[in-house]
Amino acid sequence: MDTLTSSGIKGFREWIKKANKSIGDFTGIFVDRAKDMDREIKGFIEIDKKSIVSRAEQNKCQTDGRLWGIPIGIKDNICIEGELTTCASRILQGFRPPYNATVIEKLTSNGAVLFARANMDEFAFGSSCETSCYGPTKNPHDLSRIPGGSSGGSVAIVASGQVAAALGSDTGGSIRQPASMCGVVGLKPTYGRVSRYGLIAFASSLDQIGPITRNVTDSAEMLEIIAGYDEKDSTSVNIEVPKYVNALKKDINGMTIGVPKEYFIDGIEKDVLENIQAAIKTLKSMGAKIVDVSLPHTKYAVSCYYIIAPAEASSNLARYDGVHYGYRSKNAADLVEMYTASRTEGFGQESKRRILLGTYSLSSGYYDAYYLKAQKVRTKISDDFKKVFSVCDCVVTPTSPTTAFKIGERMDDPLQMYLSDIFTISANMAGIPAISVPCGKDKKGLPVGIQFMAKPFAEETLFNVAYAFEQGV
Amino acid sequence: MSYRDKYETVIGLEVHVQLNTKTKVFCGCSNLFGAGPNTQVCPVCLGMPGVLPVLNKQALALSIKIALALGCDIQKNMKFDRKNYYYPDLPKNYQISQYDMPLAFKGCIDIELEDGSAKRIGVTRAHMEEDAGKLMHDTGGVYSLVDLNRTGTPLLEIVSEPDIRTPQEAHSYLTVLKQIIKYLGASDCNMEEGSLRCDANISVRLRGEKKLGTKVEIKNMNSFKAVKDALTHEEDRQMDLLEDGEKIMMETRLWDDKKGVTASMRAKEESHDYRYFPEPDLVPFEISHDLMEDIRLSLPELPDKKFERFMNVYKLDKKDIEVIILEREVADFYEDVVKGFNDAQNVANWVKGEVMMHMNERGVDIAGLKLAPADLASLVKMAKEGALSYLVAKEVLRECIDTGKKPESIVAEKGLRQVSDQGEIEKIVDQVIAANPKSVEDLKAGKENAISFLVGQVMKMSKGKANPRMANEILRSKLVG
Repeated sequence: MDTLTSSGIKGFREWIKKANKSIGDFTGIFVDRAKDMDREIKGFIEIDKKSIVSRAEQNKCQTDGRLWGIPIGIKDNICIEGELTTCASRILQGFRPPYNATVIEKLTSNGAVLFARANMDEFAFGSSCETSCYGPTKNPHDLSRIPGGSSGGSVAIVASGQVAAALGSDTGGSIRQPASMCGVVGLKPTYGRVSRYGLIAFASSLDQIGPITRNVTDSAEMLEIIAGYDEKDSTSVNIEVPKYVNALKKDINGMTIGVPKEYFIDGIEKDVLENIQAAIKTLKSMGAKIVDVSLPHTKYAVSCYYIIAPAEASSNLARYDGVHYGYRSKNAADLVEMYTASRTEGFGQESKRRILLGTYSLSSGYYDAYYLKAQKVRTKISDDFKKVFSVCDCVVTPTSPTTAFKIGERMDDPLQMYLSDIFTISANMAGIPAISVPCGKDKKGLPVGIQFMAKPFAEETLFNVAYAFEQGV
Repeated sequence: MSYRDKYETVIGLEVHVQLNTKTKVFCGCSNLFGAGPNTQVCPVCLGMPGVLPVLNKQALALSIKIALALGCDIQKNMKFDRKNYYYPDLPKNYQISQYDMPLAFKGCIDIELEDGSAKRIGVTRAHMEEDAGKLMHDTGGVYSLVDLNRTGTPLLEIVSEPDIRTPQEAHSYLTVLKQIIKYLGASDCNMEEGSLRCDANISVRLRGEKKLGTKVEIKNMNSFKAVKDALTHEEDRQMDLLEDGEKIMMETRLWDDKKGVTASMRAKEESHDYRYFPEPDLVPFEISHDLMEDIRLSLPELPDKKFERFMNVYKLDKKDIEVIILEREVADFYEDVVKGFNDAQNVANWVKGEVMMHMNERGVDIAGLKLAPADLASLVKMAKEGALSYLVAKEVLRECIDTGKKPESIVAEKGLRQVSDQGEIEKIVDQVIAANPKSVEDLKAGKENAISFLVGQVMKMSKGKANPRMANEILRSKLVG
């Protein structure tokens, strides 16, 4: 059983083959095992054994399905028909969507067994998984520390081997930053590569669903399954999905890798910096051409993000008003009171902060100064990357300036919390793909992550370099 | 001279037209009117978490069609925006609309003034958006019911320039707009069912004044007549206020059709900040040249062009043409009948008379009558050539519509063919003369109206089949000489 903990999809696949049990039986075993392992970590909001097993038994996919029987964790903001899906928020209390997200359809038709309700920051607002209304998830490497966020639950259950892989969502680093802090592989695909239909929106122009896996191979396999054009999502792009697993080559000889100077700044922990610098040397020794590049608008990325993302969020979250579904306050005498009380009681503090921020920056009189200006800078950030990718195949950076911090350490300091995503936000702003891969540990034994970014739809480049790096260290 | 003559009224109209697409504008739900509450809904139009809008191409095509028919320039780069406000009939609490880049702009509508001259009213812009649901309020004020069937119905909002000067011009503008849109088959334009809705902005100023007066928005008008009445009431109200030296408040007022007055709904200061921003779930796109040209080529002949052609080709009276081309389907029907029997005026008389009477009587449109143009053509022909008397022809038409039988077979079955045989009519005339000595005397004494009575008797005795002109001639030759 223990080989399962570290070996990802392949390990589970082999275990299933050997076990010679019915899908219901072995799924039951996986569920019990996860429940046991999750007691302290709390990567799941809850594990509904009956539902997971019966869903597995009812799946019509044949045993040759690519993910047949493989347990996959699902972040609590990806809709599964008939299952509680709440974005870890009280406002969506009791909400069971009558539809599946497109990625859920794809996983199911490939035989995956869905482990729903991985914990997260409320509505994905956060970098530590502490804003969940169900309480924090803990880092499997050190239970006193945060796992990162917002996909902290998805990452923790993969890092602890409860499931073979998981889906998260990444709006400003919510897959990559926790992957880095828990020592797993996290991919944010190109904007439009994976359908957002059924992903409960945080910031529509930035959100992307992506895989969280034990290794780069699993990441490629998962993306191959979930990617593709979806007529239900106008922002998904109609470009054929390559065989990503074919891109898993150890050879990066001649690949040009850019090192953007704006990502090597004060505030990076010494251990993190040293690990990344050593990694760059490794890449060079493998035959990659390392070049210095500049992404001059990087320094504006966090500020712009905190204009654009909350603006979209303030509008996306307006629908949670107690009228049609979710939480409705009983302390209301009329309509306006019902709206006010339901939202006051239903949303957590960080959600309220972002709704207010977004409402403010979209208000008439402020729109031009904030939202419009931020969009203009966003274009500049995007242009920076275009320029850089004309001279190199990908860029390499740290994923996060620090390793996992202590639970509670930054909860009273939103600005410090926001800076945790300083290296990941730009990829969302530019819509480009980015992957975080484990890159050793710091002196405390906490995982460090290295990030690779490439031009839109160049996920193959990322898999190539990430796989080579993974195999090389 | 009335004090009112000192003032000039300035009116602009905002018209919302529901497009009659098969499905809603951003999802696959049926767009039919009149289904049970909340039966035509899905996660997308219910605005549930995680769902996404996808633009209905038919709604786009119909919108472009209307815009082209109004002579608008079309926005090449299409973009949608979110209009944010809270209301229980709006499940997302934002409406997908178009803000700074409307689908179309700079169009116009030509109307006819009472003196017969033409006036051009500018169309500022037309933009696409989704409709909201419907609320039904409990009369006791305890609860409200929400029906979301209408949520997501495609709308085109058409905004006029403030070029309208009288309530009658507003009425004419709406009439022409409705006619054009109905010609395109883009909407039913039924104000009672809400498929056309109209809000008005109205202000008054002293004649010669360049600056616009303070404007008031009028809502809740449920017919073209209500629009005219509300504007008439409102211009009076504003002129009276100004005459009394008072100020007009910028506000929104609701028209009360029963009481015939407008009443304040909210002051402008309370108006919303809609926090518009680009809809991130719908990527901006370019309207292709090919799509535009396809739509342009598919445009039907519009009412003004049809009017001209009817003048030139059929040489009909202006009023007759207006009646016949009011609906495109009736105009088409008319032309098909003329193809079968080339007597434009005669066919026009039948269409605007008998045919329309049957439409009104049965409450159906021309298609609902199920009358084949060829059948009407042969009926008009028979009447014109004397094979049927006019009275009998009318009866045959009724039966034709009732039963769907061919007029020829009705005539044959019932032996209704008009009697134009000199000898046969003479026989009947003789009988009538013998039976009505008093009227015969009257006629001989020069009382002219006796002749119509006697002709009537001939018709009666012949069961309507006698040719009345011949009956008249024979009576005269026998009695007056």
